[in-house]
Amino acid sequence: MSINATLIGQMITFALLVWFTMKYIWPPLFDSLEERKKKISDGLAAAEKGQEEMHLAEKKAKGVLKEAKEQSSEIVNLAQKRANEIVEASKDTAKKEGERLILVAKAQIEQEKQQAKEGLRKEVAALALRAAEQILGAEVDKTKHQDILSKISNQLG
Amino acid sequence: MATEAHAAEGATGYIIHHLTSLTVGEGFWALNLDTLFFSAVLGSLFVWFFKRAAEKATAGVPGLVQNFAEMLIEFVDTQVKDSFHGKNELIAPLALTIFCWVFLWNFMDLFPVDILPLIGSLMGIEYLRVVPSTDLNATFAMSISVFCLIIFYSIKIKGPWGFAKELMFQPFGPWLLPFNLLLKLVEEIAKPISLALRLFGNLYAGELIFILIALLPWYIQPVLSFPWAIFHILIITLQAFIFMVLTIVYLGMAHEDH
Repeated sequence: MSINATLIGQMITFALLVWFTMKYIWPPLFDSLEERKKKISDGLAAAEKGQEEMHLAEKKAKGVLKEAKEQSSEIVNLAQKRANEIVEASKDTAKKEGERLILVAKAQIEQEKQQAKEGLRKEVAALALRAAEQILGAEVDKTKHQDILSKISNQLG
Repeated sequence: MATEAHAAEGATGYIIHHLTSLTVGEGFWALNLDTLFFSAVLGSLFVWFFKRAAEKATAGVPGLVQNFAEMLIEFVDTQVKDSFHGKNELIAPLALTIFCWVFLWNFMDLFPVDILPLIGSLMGIEYLRVVPSTDLNATFAMSISVFCLIIFYSIKIKGPWGFAKELMFQPFGPWLLPFNLLLKLVEEIAKPISLALRLFGNLYAGELIFILIALLPWYIQPVLSFPWAIFHILIITLQAFIFMVLTIVYLGMAHEDH
């Protein structure tokens, strides 16, 4: 139990252990700890940054989406307007075409009427002439009575 | 003491036998081989374990060994940062060594008191004291080393004159110089003595209680030794921790320049 030279031996062992720990054990372990700390804090910072960037991107995307929506509705509006215009225009043309067709038909009808009138007149004239011949009993010289004949036919017209 | 052990028989003989070191030599130059052997083995264990961790140390995902070593390193580093504000490369490794080594010394106390001496006796070793911290030589060796460091850093940081001034003129000013000197000397010398005796006393008492329990009938022993062992786990850790923290604090005081 008394103090003896063991003390010196223990002190030497202790000094050796402390020296060894200081030289070979503490620095690598401590450095790896510090390095990991740094890595983790870097990682956290990066994550935070990423999140911030994501928020920004989200905002941007929202803006783009909104713009696109506005644009599309504008386009739809324009298209509707254009379609209305086209419909109106085609209605117009159809109307005009119809009117034109009616006019043409009317003209044709008039023409045919005139033709029929002409034919009738001629026939009436011929009938009147033959009736006059029978009444008179003699031939009527067409050339001689051309004036009378045309007068009559004109009256018939 | 060895002669007493030969003489006494029975319970007293058993106790004395357990508390007698394996010694070679006479007088001061005697060596307690068991203390030297076990502390060296435990020191090697500590160094081997941490060296293994240090060799494989990566900043990436740590393995089991590295994880444990890092836990201790962090723990010690926190203690050092809490109570030591100077810059010193030695303090933290010193604290780690003290904590681990003292803990391992103390841990020997948890082995059944008879098992290692029994193995020793089978190998022809008559006396074996397995717990180095129940040997005053071991605890004093450590506390005196710490004391030397305290003196060394006091002189290094404050200068010889600064340290002398602190011894002479504090805390009561130059008019009470002899009183100051006496007070300071007692204060300084009390540091290694209290460090060594606190550790020794706790572990010696703990060991003694284990020995006393071992003297009881076998059917009572577990009832007593189990709770005492559990309680002792706390004590051995606490004593290692106290030794480490006080070392840090004392060295911190040595670094503080007034």
